[in-house]
Amino acid sequence: MDNDLSVVSLVKKFGDFTAVDDVSFSVEQGSFFSILGPSGCGKTTLLRMVAGFEAPTSGTIEIRGKDMAGVAPNQRPVNLVFQHLALFPMMNVAENIAFGLKRRKIDSATIKKQTDEILERVGLPGYAKSQIDQLSGGQKQRVAIARCLVLEPSVLLLDEPLGALDLKLREQMKVELKTLQAKVGTTFVYITHDQSEALVMSDRIAVMNNGRYEQIGSPQDLYHQPETPFVAQFVGDNNCWSGTIEELRGDTVVIKTDDGFLFHSEAQEAIAVGQRADLFLRPEAIRIEPDTKDELNIFEVTVKAILFDGANSRLLTVTPQEHELLVALPQNRYFDHIEPGQTIAVGWHPQAGVCFKAEAS
Amino acid sequence: MVARSSKAALWVFLAPVLCWLLLLIVLPHLDLLRMSFIGEDDYGDAIWTLQNYKTFFIEPIYWNTFLRTAVFSLITTFITFVLAMPVAFYIVKVVRPRLRGAMMLMLLLPFWVSELVRVYGWMILLRESGVINHFLVKLGLIDRPIEMLYNDATMIMGLVYTSMLFMVVPLVSVMESLDDSLIEAAYDLGSSKTVIWFKIILPHCKPGITSGSIVVFMLVLGNYLTPNLMGGKNSLWFTEQIYNQFIASFNWNQGAAFGFLLLVLSSLMIWIGLKLSRQKLGEVAS
Repeated sequence: MDNDLSVVSLVKKFGDFTAVDDVSFSVEQGSFFSILGPSGCGKTTLLRMVAGFEAPTSGTIEIRGKDMAGVAPNQRPVNLVFQHLALFPMMNVAENIAFGLKRRKIDSATIKKQTDEILERVGLPGYAKSQIDQLSGGQKQRVAIARCLVLEPSVLLLDEPLGALDLKLREQMKVELKTLQAKVGTTFVYITHDQSEALVMSDRIAVMNNGRYEQIGSPQDLYHQPETPFVAQFVGDNNCWSGTIEELRGDTVVIKTDDGFLFHSEAQEAIAVGQRADLFLRPEAIRIEPDTKDELNIFEVTVKAILFDGANSRLLTVTPQEHELLVALPQNRYFDHIEPGQTIAVGWHPQAGVCFKAEAS
Repeated sequence: MVARSSKAALWVFLAPVLCWLLLLIVLPHLDLLRMSFIGEDDYGDAIWTLQNYKTFFIEPIYWNTFLRTAVFSLITTFITFVLAMPVAFYIVKVVRPRLRGAMMLMLLLPFWVSELVRVYGWMILLRESGVINHFLVKLGLIDRPIEMLYNDATMIMGLVYTSMLFMVVPLVSVMESLDDSLIEAAYDLGSSKTVIWFKIILPHCKPGITSGSIVVFMLVLGNYLTPNLMGGKNSLWFTEQIYNQFIASFNWNQGAAFGFLLLVLSSLMIWIGLKLSRQKLGEVAS
């Protein structure tokens, strides 16, 4: 498959500060690619370089095989959906959408036809004459995307466009964006600091931290096989233990945690006996009162609080050494008897945990 | 009780403004209006008449001066706008925020000096025995000094210089509310710089442009000092006609009529301007 966008060893420096540090990736045609990272990790700078608003210090950006060095933003076959949308308040919906088409000197009949088509496609038929300030947050969102899509860009860049919406609408727009992308088949490059947005919508995600890529992979890869401690902590929730490696057994290791447990776990990278290590464990990997005890790491915890959140409910528990652990609480009524203050047995399978060498500190 | 006391407070605060408006603006103008309709009959007695207004239309010199003043005020306003737009854009969007205050101060600085002194400053530079002529002759670019004062171009330059600040300040404040991402979005959607100026920046700045233009137009139209000193006898500014009637001819009735004609002119121009730009005075003033 062809790549719509490929970025090779891209570097951007602002004075002494390196915002983007030797980043390379490529995005397949028609895929939904997300760049996920905490604020200030350089993802916006990266996007602005692809759009052409910032010149890279070094490295190349290629769009559909064409080098973009020295090409101005108004000449690039990419369009950007801005964080605050940047719809033109002095124009109505149709004029906003037609803005880019008019710049291409297309005749007005064609512009009208294309504008109506794209409004239909984003689910806003009949809104052509509306003023921007009459629209709701979600509608503005769709106009902003329509304004870019109508130009049929090779790549559509989206800069955290859901950030300003309230939670309910954000959940809805996530699904809508994903279906829209599948429908139009345009390559989307989406940047966000919200891991749930990235996980739900993307075909592939690049996790970025301090200007560098930590890991690129499918949402499942990132969640189940994090390659770095940062990814393990940033993508989804994780419980973390620090400890020392006691023993190596093929792919698994035995780690003695600082609060005195001996756990069997998978190791993500080569670790030697006696080294300090961090163990990460998902809340849903911990089984409450497991039936079988074979191979599981079993121990007892005290329930401190029940964090009820529908399907996403958790138990806040502590080990005897006051190490806090989040445990997923399935709402299948089996565990309704659990109350704060109780001590329960929990267990987890060695394959569910991942071990990393501790960061040198 | 609360309502009554807040109403009382409103009147207390409003009273000085109302007094000021009534005593210093409304009453004198009403008296001038009365005066403009008074003339003398053949016996030298005061009578009600339209003679003062008739004189204006009969004597070509008067309405020629009147038209000239209006046209030149418009030209000055337009030049001021064209010059102030890039200045405001530079101050708001280009310069680092730390320098912005300093730049505004530099714009304000000349206004700490009285207009009279500033105009004399220009005269020192431009007159026949002035600084610029001195250097041009020294450098051998011209044989003998040229008189640069007392022509229309110099007068307009002086008026633009005097009015600049009153255009830049409203433009700066309106441009500060322009989101950079709108400019970037337009650029991203394929616009050239010209299109961005005409489709995004100017429409956004419309209220600032209108209010700046109204202020500058009125200031220029009613200016007496600059046209008189820099344009000299050739300036033919309408305010000079009013001055002549009041001071030189002691014909207060004629002067009052001229004054009202000027008031009607400026109100009419502003009304037309607002109609053309489809705006309301209240929106522009806020």
